[in-house]
Amino acid sequence: MKMQMVPRVIAKLLIPFILLFALYVQFHGDFGPGGGFQAGVILAAAVIFYGLIYGLPLARRAVPDSLLEVLIAAGVLIYGGVGVIGMLLGGNFLDYFVLDSDPVHGQHRGIFWVEVGVAVTVSSVMLKIFYMFADRANLEDEDVTDETGGGT
Amino acid sequence: MSIGQTIGANLPALQVVTPLLAAPLVLLLRSPRLAYAVTLAASFASLAIAIALWQQVATMGPISYAMGSWPPPWGIEYRVDRLSAFVLLLVSLMAAVVVPYSRTSIAREIPADSHTLYYVMFLLCLAGLLGITITGDAFNIFVFLEVSSLSTYVLIAFGRDRRALVASYQYLIMGSIGATFIVIGIGLLYLMTGTLNLVDMAGRLAAGGTSRPVLAALAFLTVGISLKLALFPLHQWLPNAYTHAPSAVTAFLAATATKVSVYVLIRFYFTVFGESLVFHKLPLPQIMLWLSLLAMFAANAVAISQNNLKRLFAYSSVAQIGYITLGLSFDSVNGLTASIVHLFNHGLAKGAIFLLIGGLVIGIAKPGAVPPAPTFDRLAGLARRMPLTSFGIVLGGLSLIGVPGTAGFITKWYLILAAMESGQWWLVAAILLSSLLAVAYVWRFVEVAYFRAPPAGQEERCEAPLTMLIPAWLLLAATFWFGLDTSLTVGTATEIAQQLVRGQ
Repeated sequence: MKMQMVPRVIAKLLIPFILLFALYVQFHGDFGPGGGFQAGVILAAAVIFYGLIYGLPLARRAVPDSLLEVLIAAGVLIYGGVGVIGMLLGGNFLDYFVLDSDPVHGQHRGIFWVEVGVAVTVSSVMLKIFYMFADRANLEDEDVTDETGGGT
Repeated sequence: MSIGQTIGANLPALQVVTPLLAAPLVLLLRSPRLAYAVTLAASFASLAIAIALWQQVATMGPISYAMGSWPPPWGIEYRVDRLSAFVLLLVSLMAAVVVPYSRTSIAREIPADSHTLYYVMFLLCLAGLLGITITGDAFNIFVFLEVSSLSTYVLIAFGRDRRALVASYQYLIMGSIGATFIVIGIGLLYLMTGTLNLVDMAGRLAAGGTSRPVLAALAFLTVGISLKLALFPLHQWLPNAYTHAPSAVTAFLAATATKVSVYVLIRFYFTVFGESLVFHKLPLPQIMLWLSLLAMFAANAVAISQNNLKRLFAYSSVAQIGYITLGLSFDSVNGLTASIVHLFNHGLAKGAIFLLIGGLVIGIAKPGAVPPAPTFDRLAGLARRMPLTSFGIVLGGLSLIGVPGTAGFITKWYLILAAMESGQWWLVAAILLSSLLAVAYVWRFVEVAYFRAPPAGQEERCEAPLTMLIPAWLLLAATFWFGLDTSLTVGTATEIAQQLVRGQ
């Protein structure tokens, strides 16, 4: 796919908008359809698209595996951290009412950070799964070339 | 509020949150040494919280905790009563014993680059099991069940033997079918009652009478949970999973995973559906009675003919679960007491045995090599080479048989009492007969380890390291302690059983 002009140009054109749409779905999730999970999937889809068109090594350079593993854990910690802060401010676990002097605003603030955590973990898990599957395909390719004794 | 007050007020949440948040933290830390330290701290903190909850429940009655301050039945409720506090204590105790042990054990059994992942999965599994036990919300039970199951599949797949992958896959398929049945059952209940809160659900079911969907829900839940707790003949996943998983994993799962499933079954039968529906209107006690008897005899008989020590004790676990469900089927205070006590007693004894087998395989391995499977031909003359380990396995076996003085005897005693109460004298004979089968498989080990000469060139002592012997012997000591002083186990279990049976 690397040598095809049309997909390369289209991908370059589309990826920024996909990323932007992910952010829209993320931050408009309070008021409309969407939220952290959907935004995370769209975000990962943008990188997966990039990887499909430009090749896995470039995608890996943009979003390396080591970063993904940190993000997977960080998202869960953000989510859980909101809960712990609720406890420290005198409420129960995951209590958003105490996050602000105004309880309604507190709910907004709580769900905002929880959704951030969800988006971070979901996008990195999606991407990690893609990388792992893509690695397997490479392994099989190598096996095939070994057996036939020649290049592709 | 001070930190102390905050912790005190949020104990039910912290019970689950501590291991749950320690897991991503361990993943971030990377270094296996730090991972071990955090896991150790989290599991001991869980044990401390479980003890604190236990004491609170004993003095002040059931605790209800509203997640996110949304009052139940609308929000998710964490509910700790005597029964759940008892199971929380068992699970976190086993975690606190297994984590210090795992370090030496996994150093030999799991590749070094996977050690951090092992601790992550262990913490997630612990969080899932504690969550199932503490939550008062039906759907939450399903979610935590998945958390614990998914991490269990990974833990089993850590086994060095390639068959561990197949065993894990087999468990994944069976476990997923079980989880699907459970979620269908919960869905039907939600449909009929409009609530997911267990206490609320029980009230509405009692008021609404029994309809066909409720009976279907009962059937789905019974089958689904029976798969998870490995009730005969739904136990096929268990022997392979226990045999091929790393030793520390086997010990932890054998002592906790099936026990938590039994807890869920008791919870649904006695708290949600109510005794009268489950035991008086349906032939469920008879079905359970016969399946339990089959488990006790068939699984024990299969255990005798096993060549791998781990697989032998895995089949013995299936049989022991038969004793637990047999106690349930009596629908009496003594029967239920036996079930609840056996959760604890069998957890201790089987945990100790599998921990000792973990030390055993390291002892018989060549230096630096991956520990081999503990097949009987490798165990000849073991008592001379590893006296403490061999003697420990025999002592654990005594508890499985139910010799007086061990914790296993207490269970059998209450089972026999319950059988006599219901006038089924032939059952007394059956219980004693199945114990004889247990004598047979323990004797197989005794015969090989004590009465055969070690193979030439392998006479030197190779006792397991102390870090592995001490946790196992602590559990063994507990097995004997609770065989003599039963105020904690039987006292609590009787109290719980009286509440559950009379509660309706």
